Amino acid sequence: MQPKHQRLVLVVLALVALVGAGLLAAWALRNQASYFFVPSAMAADPPPVGRPVRLGGMVQAGSLRTLPDGVTIRFTVGDGQALVPVQFSGIVPDLFVEGSGVVAEGALGADGTFLATNLLAKHDENYMPRELAEMNADEARETVAETQ
Amino acid sequence: MIAELGLAALWLAAALAGLQLLGGIAVLRDGEALLGQMVRPAAQLQAVLCALSFAALLYLFAVTDLSVALVAGNSHSAKPAIFKLAGAWGNHEGSMLLWVSVMALAGGLIAAVERRLPERTLSATLAAQAWVGLGFYAFLLLSSNPFARLDPAPPEGTGLNPLLQDIGLALHPPVLYLGYVGLSVAFSFAVGAMLTREVTPAFARVMRPWVLGAWVALTLGITAGSYWAYYELGWGGWWFWDPVENASLMPWLAATALLHSAGVLAARDALRTWTLMLGVVAFSMSMIGTFLVRSGILTSVHAFAVDPERGTFILALLALYIGGALALFALRAGTVLEGERFAPVSREGGLVINNVALSAILGIVLLGTLYPLLTEALGFRVSVGPPYFNPVGAIFFLPAMAMLAVGPLLRWRRDTLARIRWQVLAIAAAFGAALLAAVLAGIALLPLLGMALAAAVALGSVLPLVRRRLRHAPLTLWGTVLAHLGVAVAVFGMSADSAFTAERLVALRVGEETSVGPWRVILANVEPVAGPNWTALSARLAVSYSGAEPTLIHPQARSFWAPAQQTSESALLTRWNGQLYAVMGGQAAGEDAGRWQLRLWWKPFVTCIWYGGGLIALGGLLALVGHLATDLRRWRRGRA
Repeated sequence: MQPKHQRLVLVVLALVALVGAGLLAAWALRNQASYFFVPSAMAADPPPVGRPVRLGGMVQAGSLRTLPDGVTIRFTVGDGQALVPVQFSGIVPDLFVEGSGVVAEGALGADGTFLATNLLAKHDENYMPRELAEMNADEARETVAETQ
Repeated sequence: MIAELGLAALWLAAALAGLQLLGGIAVLRDGEALLGQMVRPAAQLQAVLCALSFAALLYLFAVTDLSVALVAGNSHSAKPAIFKLAGAWGNHEGSMLLWVSVMALAGGLIAAVERRLPERTLSATLAAQAWVGLGFYAFLLLSSNPFARLDPAPPEGTGLNPLLQDIGLALHPPVLYLGYVGLSVAFSFAVGAMLTREVTPAFARVMRPWVLGAWVALTLGITAGSYWAYYELGWGGWWFWDPVENASLMPWLAATALLHSAGVLAARDALRTWTLMLGVVAFSMSMIGTFLVRSGILTSVHAFAVDPERGTFILALLALYIGGALALFALRAGTVLEGERFAPVSREGGLVINNVALSAILGIVLLGTLYPLLTEALGFRVSVGPPYFNPVGAIFFLPAMAMLAVGPLLRWRRDTLARIRWQVLAIAAAFGAALLAAVLAGIALLPLLGMALAAAVALGSVLPLVRRRLRHAPLTLWGTVLAHLGVAVAVFGMSADSAFTAERLVALRVGEETSVGPWRVILANVEPVAGPNWTALSARLAVSYSGAEPTLIHPQARSFWAPAQQTSESALLTRWNGQLYAVMGGQAAGEDAGRWQLRLWWKPFVTCIWYGGGLIALGGLLALVGHLATDLRRWRRGRA
């Protein structure tokens, strides 16, 4: 093979692999990316039952209770406009408390309860889920009023 | 006074970097320029001043000088001494100063010892290094001065985030930074070589130790970071595809590809432009990583010290350096002379496939990491996680593993598969046997393929040692063998963890028992304990493996008071065949008061993940020592 040809073959090989990876990634991202919902968005247009999504909002004050097994909790997450009941089995993150922000990973169950497989609470005292930090001031005030 | 001296040293170092840049430009324009003679001394003096500046910051943290804003914001007089020192780099300003210091030290070292490259190329390299350094100096001096005073000084500091008060995490950033900075040196060499069009095997040999060193540090950093996340965050997972984790994985993938292509350039004078390109890409990946971590632009579970304004600054640096280097590459790539040819079936051919697969994986991780940013610009939110990365990454990871098993058996230049028929058959047999065993054990698809490939790679990586006299095998060969074996061990650990993990979540009263996998677990007691700056509730768990004598382990729920924060300390019990992992939650509420939440995992062979990472790093280290020893011998012979 001529050197020119060899270089061309290498470049084509690399391009095919990279474009292939890109297309594959784009296809997978369309199908697999889990979307982020706030409660009002989830109430207005719920995702299909069982599809992995994230739900972010404030833990409603007074809504947190533990089921008899001692490790399953139920609570409601609100954003000032809608409420979504959430069920979670596991040890809650250190900074998970009522009236605080939370992002729950999981899927909507058939009865409208959000079944969380993972809770992301704030990581340190300054942390807030970024999605919540961007709620506008009115929403934030309402949320605070509601959760107090 | 010390703070002001530290700041002055930093300004002087920045000025010297400016001089170094001008000197390098002068050499490029006129090889005999007087200013050009300043380049080496400037680089060395800059290293000394930068080191002094960082030493000043260490001192301020050691004595907890609260009149310095950075110390007041990140330290506390009651903190253990080691964490006081670690506080110096456990924050944004300090870590940037560490970055610049390591980079200046690397530049000083090159200026002091490197004699193999043409003087013009070396000056261009040091100028490129100063050019990168200047951006970071500007960043520190103009937007994040680590020595800023706080007036009046507060009576007490706010403390360091308790999650960071851990020896693993205290040492983790400097190791990772060694990796990032090592790649900046490789970048400078690539830019220097592009400027003078001197892309030779000698250039690859000069660059390779830096890439190797960076790669070893990145490997150790990623391994340690993964283990830290595993035991400290208490979720029992070792990889999350979090943007911050990906930020360290992406430069590692690029550095792995660069390491192998530099090897081809050094040994066979092929892949010239490709190696230059990877030199640019690898450092670009560390910059993108820094940007992701520091800007807080992506939601991350471990994003500490985030500040969008700084993110913008890093983004500007990123555009300047990566854009500039890519433009230079576009201008010069065509004029770099053609390298040597080789046959598709050869060591080089295998390494090209390895490079393409690694680049594809890098592209997949990069796309998945940045995709949420893209869609956010379009107005909808997406988070990308394991359901994307695992299967899509596996499509390119599996052929890369297959190549890793067979490639090292091939000869340089030209080879035939017929020559290595028996070895390939043996590897295929190992793959088949492991596959069969895994199918019989009823394992899910990805872990099943992972285990079979781990067996094949393990065999393939030791085969090059067969029929060699082991004591005479070069260190670099041992390095390759160990690093590849490490990949097999790590992949086996990952597959075993996802295939065999048993989990149990319970709420127990004191005296009650439960089980997880082959373990019997009794909650013997819950008692309060106190540490230097925390108090905790500590559970005493009596755990026994398959009816053997019980052992006590102590998961804790800790409360720190500065800052006020709760963390859970998991308890780990390591056996040869796996780890028992216990986390203590709170007391169950309501009528169940008196029951304690416990989460238990039995993770067979999970430790192989980190042993594998350690082996990979050890392999890299042996190869580095081997190369340096060869260089030293050549140098001695040259002088004799």
